[in-house]
Amino acid sequence: MYGKGLRPLAIVTCVVLTGAFALAFFYAPMDADQGLMQKIFYVHVPMAIVSLLGFVLGAVFAIQHLRTGDRRHDLRSYVAIHLSLILGVGVLVTGSIWARAAWGHWFVWDEPTLVSFLIVFLLYCCYQPLRFAIEDPDRQARYASVFAITAGAFVPLNFLAVRLAQQYAHPRVLGSSDALPPKMRLAFLVSLLGMALLYTTLYRFEMTAKNTRLRVHSLKRRLGGDVVLGRSAAPR
Amino acid sequence: MSAVKALLRKELRLELRTFEAIPAMTLFSIITFVVFHFALQQDTVEGSLASGVLWVTLLFASMLGTNRLFVADTEDGAMDGLLLAPIDRTALYVAKAIAFLTFLTALEIVAVPAFYLLLLGPAAGDAIPGLLAILALANLGIAAAGTLVAGLATQTRSRDLLVPLLGLPLLLPVIIAASKATAPLFAAGGAEALPGRWLAVLGLYDLVFGLLALAVFDFLLED
Repeated sequence: MYGKGLRPLAIVTCVVLTGAFALAFFYAPMDADQGLMQKIFYVHVPMAIVSLLGFVLGAVFAIQHLRTGDRRHDLRSYVAIHLSLILGVGVLVTGSIWARAAWGHWFVWDEPTLVSFLIVFLLYCCYQPLRFAIEDPDRQARYASVFAITAGAFVPLNFLAVRLAQQYAHPRVLGSSDALPPKMRLAFLVSLLGMALLYTTLYRFEMTAKNTRLRVHSLKRRLGGDVVLGRSAAPR
Repeated sequence: MSAVKALLRKELRLELRTFEAIPAMTLFSIITFVVFHFALQQDTVEGSLASGVLWVTLLFASMLGTNRLFVADTEDGAMDGLLLAPIDRTALYVAKAIAFLTFLTALEIVAVPAFYLLLLGPAAGDAIPGLLAILALANLGIAAAGTLVAGLATQTRSRDLLVPLLGLPLLLPVIIAASKATAPLFAAGGAEALPGRWLAVLGLYDLVFGLLALAVFDFLLED
């Protein structure tokens, strides 16, 4: 009842992601400087973009929650931020591997995007501790929404400040996507689509699981049984 | 407006009678300068190191103040009275932010001269007007974001832990801009020109977080 269309979505995601990696490895040309290592670009950059968009999505749902008072929007905001955090770990790990291969260090402070992402990630890491620390579910939802909106506004501001701080950053190994050769660009765009689909699939999965669990709880309660809710920061 | 004035008067009177936040913040800042002296093993600092030491100290001292901002209200039940009063909730935020701004100014009146006396190198240039402008803009940002963080964390079980965890990343743009702007003022060969770009970033931060906090603060008090 909740998981409608989830299976086709998952299959499409698998196909597109596999296709994207195939394109990246067999279709896109080898980078002249970095060789095979540059292929991590097709995972790292789409993941970072999707993860940041997920944070923004969380803020949008949070605004809707505060405007309408509908707790379902809070659940959506929670799931969006939660998944973005998981992708964020992936971004930092792949980013470090790439930085190590390209520049010889696991972390470089003069790469503004990487530094901004770390700061944003550290801020969002507080989202769940904040939820955990509030007992009352209504208040928890409201406070989490306020946090999500504040942090959402913080993301562009932080990127601006960090980018300005590194005016002498070394030349970007890979510029923005429009500077890419057409073959690389196609592979990149397909990877981006695949990553976005992956995010959507995971999002739908978690929403389905959460909704089903809520439904089971309410049915159990109606049967008169005792429901033991796990200690979780997730909205109920 | 009169509500803001009354609330502000209450905040300042409370601080004057208890002396809780300001002495702790100023003492903390002086102790931190001493700690920096030993940790860096330098008698004097200048340039970007000086500006970093100053801003790290001010940031951590302001975190102490943020922690205390709502404590008296929630612990002694004044918050219930304030929520029952027929005033705009935003007035509460504005009054708290102005009170926090006053605390920060009081902190800096002690901490900045102490920094000049204790750590700043004699060769380092100093440009008081530029520094005052940076301090004023940074204070606005710290007060705007800090009051919001205090409001977020105050109703939680682990308030003292959450305030720095939320506040430090949120205030990083202020620190980046303020320390970048202050560094040329403390340059070893006399003060250099004040970079206006960083003042603009500080102003933008103040504006965005001020408006944002005004928009969302209501929702923290809806009980």
